[in-house]
Amino acid sequence: MQDAFFCRGSNETVLFVQDKEDGMEHGDEWDEWSHGKTLTKPPDQLELTEAELNETFTRILTATNPHAPQNIVRYSFKKRSYKPISAVDQMAVHFVLEGNLLYKDSDEARRQMAKQEVEEEDRPDSAASKTGKKEQKLTNQINFCERASQTLNNPPRERNCQTEPPPRCNFSAIANQWEIYDAYVEELQKQEKNKEKQKAIPSKKDDEDDDRGKKKMILMETQTQSDDLCKMAKATKILERMVNQNIYGDLAIDFKYYEDCSDEFREQEGTLLPLWKFQCDKAKKLTVTALCWNKKYQDLFAAGMGSYDFSKQGRGVLVFYTLKNSSFPEYIYPTNCGIMCLDIHEQVSYLVAVGFYDGCVAVYNLKEDGQQPVYQSTAKTGKHTDPVWQVRWQNDDMDGNHNFYSVSSDGRVVSWTLVKINHLFLVGTQEGKIHKCFKTYSSQYLETYDAHTLAVDAVKWNHFHPKVFISCSSDWTVKIWDHTINTPMFTFELYAAVGDVAWAPYSSTVFAAVTVNGKVHIFDLNVNKYEAICQQQVVAKKTKLTHIEFNLVHPLIIVGDDQGYITSFKLSPNLRKQPKMKKGEELPKGPEVEIAKMEKLLSLLREPEASAV
Amino acid sequence: MAEVEETLKRIQSQKGVQGIIIVNSEGIPIKTTMDNSSTVQYVGLIHQLVMKARSTLRDLDPQNDLTFLRIRSKKNEIMIAPDKDYFLIVIQNPSD
Repeated sequence: MQDAFFCRGSNETVLFVQDKEDGMEHGDEWDEWSHGKTLTKPPDQLELTEAELNETFTRILTATNPHAPQNIVRYSFKKRSYKPISAVDQMAVHFVLEGNLLYKDSDEARRQMAKQEVEEEDRPDSAASKTGKKEQKLTNQINFCERASQTLNNPPRERNCQTEPPPRCNFSAIANQWEIYDAYVEELQKQEKNKEKQKAIPSKKDDEDDDRGKKKMILMETQTQSDDLCKMAKATKILERMVNQNIYGDLAIDFKYYEDCSDEFREQEGTLLPLWKFQCDKAKKLTVTALCWNKKYQDLFAAGMGSYDFSKQGRGVLVFYTLKNSSFPEYIYPTNCGIMCLDIHEQVSYLVAVGFYDGCVAVYNLKEDGQQPVYQSTAKTGKHTDPVWQVRWQNDDMDGNHNFYSVSSDGRVVSWTLVKINHLFLVGTQEGKIHKCFKTYSSQYLETYDAHTLAVDAVKWNHFHPKVFISCSSDWTVKIWDHTINTPMFTFELYAAVGDVAWAPYSSTVFAAVTVNGKVHIFDLNVNKYEAICQQQVVAKKTKLTHIEFNLVHPLIIVGDDQGYITSFKLSPNLRKQPKMKKGEELPKGPEVEIAKMEKLLSLLREPEASAV
Repeated sequence: MAEVEETLKRIQSQKGVQGIIIVNSEGIPIKTTMDNSSTVQYVGLIHQLVMKARSTLRDLDPQNDLTFLRIRSKKNEIMIAPDKDYFLIVIQNPSD
């Protein structure tokens, strides 16, 4: 039998292989076995000698763990390098079991036992625990005592009511710059109205105020009813003008820009270019008896219609045309008597004075609605007994009243308000004489000129030269006078009765005359002292031209005839020539120059006279 | 009222005028001398154009306002006169 056993000592484990000799006493079985005791060697066992077999090998067992790592290296942040750890744990744990036994006398055990006792007491006896609690209750230093009680809670009830929702509407607007501007303007207007109301209210009584209020209400209502189309009055007017402009577009362009180039070849003569022709149904068959340009609105002119024929006296019309609309007049005032003359006030351009065939004078206010004049003279107020041939506005007198003069063939010159300014004026008569009078001395003539052999049709002062005036007559002549001299300075023979003559507003030496054979004659004394620089047939020969007027601003003349037509003409450049100066000198303009021009002409005339005398 | 009517009649009788339309501020034609379908078409398109033109002008200068608008084309000319609450459209063929 071999016994092999390990012996665990301190770092030493010695292995003993010992052959034990057992006693033969154990039986035969054992013998058989013991026979087999002879060393059976496996075939591949090492062959060793006896001495080698008996050699003892010392094996040392150490407690070092062969599996433990031998060189553990740990990174040291302090030294910033890997450092080998000297002591390596050699213990290899194979099995760990933690026990749950406590030592009886330890703290933990005692605590546990106390706990167990308390729990056992708790369950069977609750009162004991309560009293225990009470005893344990903590009291504070103030000897505070809390007392609470609960009030009765009222049962809650729900109550509601529903109202009608306030009316809502959607509102949207865009806040543009101009919307804001409009709002401000409205606000301003409201404020102004309030101010006016405040001013008016303290000065009026209560009931008056009520009346006014009522009136205002009524006015408002009527306005809303009738203003459906009335609001468009302005727009329709503009449109009518636009349509006319389209139709007569060429004329408008000619009016502005066309200049007759052929004037370059004709040294002194000029031409008239026909432009618009104005007519009105109501004025058909009536003769144009008066023409007047409006000084404020230079495209507006007035025409009076009536008749020169003594036997054919009927109604008349006062019409206002604008160059912007040649197909229909701006204002029409029908009158029951033929109009003979008219004049538009210089400053207050909406006042028109009109003289009638029956000797009445009337004043129309264009700003007011209605077809009636604001003032009309009657027999009581001193109307003329014969046709009124000329009316003229004068400057306002010191009180600011408007006043005008009228001249009639009954021999009277009537001023229609008080006059305080000393002004010179001329009267032409049927017999062909011209009287010069002062305003203040209304009963006497200052001087009389034997002007013409037949009736004097028109007398006009020169716009620039204060001494010069022109007269025309049915005796076929036009004469220019200096009012200090009894005889005319210039006489022009026109071979037909002259209906009207007019000075040009741009030159002191240019004037135009119209004759009954339908011709317009334009003279420029600076250019040609004996002949007209333009003689043009503007209407059919049978039509008589009755009046002519120059436009104050534009190079335009209007001519009225006895058929009720008014035709406008543009003056070609030759007709509006300024005097030629030497090169390099500036062209002087202005009334002084014009006066000087005229003076020069007159002096030329006077000198030969003087020398003759 | 009668004056305006007369003026409109005169415009209609002028040379080359093809039609007149009166439109209120909401863009509804209240009077026209043309047939229904053309009127509706003109009004719908022109109304927008006028609003645009007006707002352009007033944005540039709130104190300014549109007085009239002319559109000249090869075939005819459309003239629009706007007012506070209405606007008038006239279509004219100027070469007739």
